[in-house]
Amino acid sequence: MSTVLRSAGLGKKYRRNWALSDCTLEVPAGRVVGLVGPNGAGKSTLLNLAVGMLTPSAGEIEVLGVNPAGPDARRAHVGYVGQDTPTYAGLTVADHLRLGARLNPGWDDALARDRVARLGLDPTRKAGRLSGGQRAQLALTLAVAKRPELMVLDEPVASLDPLARREFLGDLMETVAEQQVSVVLSSHLVSDVDRACDFLIVLVDSQVQLAGDIGDLLDTHHRLTGPRRDEATLPSDQVVITASHTDRQSTYVVRTDRPVLDPSWEVGRLDLEDLVLAYMSRARPGRPETTRPTLEALR
Amino acid sequence: MTWLTWRQFRVSALAVLLALAAFAVVLAVTGPQLADLYRDAPDDFFSRLGLDGPKQAVFSIGTALVYAVPAVLGVFWGAPLVARELEAGTHRLVWTQSVTRTRWLGTKLLLIGLAAVAAGLLAIALTWWCGPIDDAIRGGHGDNASLLGVPRLSPVLFGARGTLPIGLALLALAIGVTASLVLKRSIVAMAATLVAVVGIQIALPVLVQPHLLDPQVTKATFSVDTLDGLMAGGPPGSAGSTIHEIRVDLDEPGAWELSQTTVDPTGKTVDEFPAWTSDCGGGPPPEPGSASGPGGMEKCLDRLNAEGYRQEMTFLPASDFWTLQLLETGIVLAAAVGLTGFCFWRIRRDF
Repeated sequence: MSTVLRSAGLGKKYRRNWALSDCTLEVPAGRVVGLVGPNGAGKSTLLNLAVGMLTPSAGEIEVLGVNPAGPDARRAHVGYVGQDTPTYAGLTVADHLRLGARLNPGWDDALARDRVARLGLDPTRKAGRLSGGQRAQLALTLAVAKRPELMVLDEPVASLDPLARREFLGDLMETVAEQQVSVVLSSHLVSDVDRACDFLIVLVDSQVQLAGDIGDLLDTHHRLTGPRRDEATLPSDQVVITASHTDRQSTYVVRTDRPVLDPSWEVGRLDLEDLVLAYMSRARPGRPETTRPTLEALR
Repeated sequence: MTWLTWRQFRVSALAVLLALAAFAVVLAVTGPQLADLYRDAPDDFFSRLGLDGPKQAVFSIGTALVYAVPAVLGVFWGAPLVARELEAGTHRLVWTQSVTRTRWLGTKLLLIGLAAVAAGLLAIALTWWCGPIDDAIRGGHGDNASLLGVPRLSPVLFGARGTLPIGLALLALAIGVTASLVLKRSIVAMAATLVAVVGIQIALPVLVQPHLLDPQVTKATFSVDTLDGLMAGGPPGSAGSTIHEIRVDLDEPGAWELSQTTVDPTGKTVDEFPAWTSDCGGGPPPEPGSASGPGGMEKCLDRLNAEGYRQEMTFLPASDFWTLQLLETGIVLAAAVGLTGFCFWRIRRDF
């Protein structure tokens, strides 16, 4: 299996608003995919479509080769941690493991018990009395012990403090490395993705703005700074993502497969956050890049 | 799935079922005493029962409990079933495990449905307990002075006996789950379920029950003994008041009377009684059981009989009890099945 998730023209409409539209994607297997975008961009909608919680209004989606909302959906092979990492407040940690064992044929009980012990979760404690980070870990344990081929995590760290966030993602990375599982993880924070992912999807206003290997994306995007110049004078292989001008100076973020040879430019490398912000401000032209609308920088 | 269902359901299941089981024990203990009371002195049964406060309490509490069971199950077992998951977000956890939503709902409904049937068995126990009372009423020993003397076929008691409460419990459960799926908030779904279940418990005997079976018809003559009441118009106390309506006791122990009207010799319903019937209501109301009364009344009633006036009454006989029970239970179950079908369709849609 080389592709874990494929969608074509995928769209989802709630009443009269499209939460996701014309989404065409191909996510290769074995990657840790970061899905970023502002709140309300459609990240949860896309992930809910991927796990069959929602059915498409337009287009189609295949997960592990089949329709995730259809009768032959490979439910046992997709692990999912929903938004706010839901757990049953009245059930204990041990109850949750038992739930996982009862509801999943491929359940790896030893793995689940190991994880719970390693994370220091008291099996007799009710989930409602766990901290946010522990609850997220418990939810992740349920998803991991299914032994899935694909894990879908919807903002798993959104409610965690920076330390718990770092621990959760670190633990996730270890698990991914041990189990050879593909992961799609959404976040509204670029720093989470920067830490954990090697594949990036940027979703803004219900549209996919950018998707690709993070290394490739960083290699092919450049910030050009130099004397003021009109966009039309740039070579045709350089696709302008954003442009800003002062009286004498121009700054462009461009995408190109070839090296930038023009000596009048000072060529700078973008970091992941610059890249995401460039595509977000392109998608929302009314907002200058510097205001960073809903994307928070958290370090 | 069975384990999870039981794990989530056990507290509310045990709370309800243990309370009902405790009452079933009370029924089991007092039931034979009641039977003895009837066997020892059938003629005196109701007057002796009238002095037995604890048994009257068992009767009243039992009837109230059986009436309350459907609403309680719908509100506390049915309405939170899906809404609670949606509110806590745990539907995202449980519906993305390997079992399908259909199986999740199927297991839940099966287990909770079985518990609802168990709760409904209290109605069967109560029907057994009330056996001597019903026998006494059918044997003509009844008095209509209290609820104890009311035939079980009458709408007041019908919904608390036999199989109907089991059907109602399952329907209430289906209503609760439907409300849960449609309204998605526990409190709102619980309120809607309560209104719907109580509404059905009122509407069923009033609107449906009288039309299920063809009633029997009897034409009775008038006499001072069987006269139940007269409606007379005109100035109070004046001898010239005219009769508007006559009511007569139905001589069918344990029957449920549906209607009665006075018909003239041609069989037409009497709208206006002849002027001479003013004699019938001329004096004070007759003493029950005394044939003396003011002479005018007796003569007047005799004249009504002689001229061919009859009291036409429709009723269901006591022997129709189980036919009507099963028929109405069937209707209620069909509604429950329909709603359950909707639930299985809805659970597969988006949330």
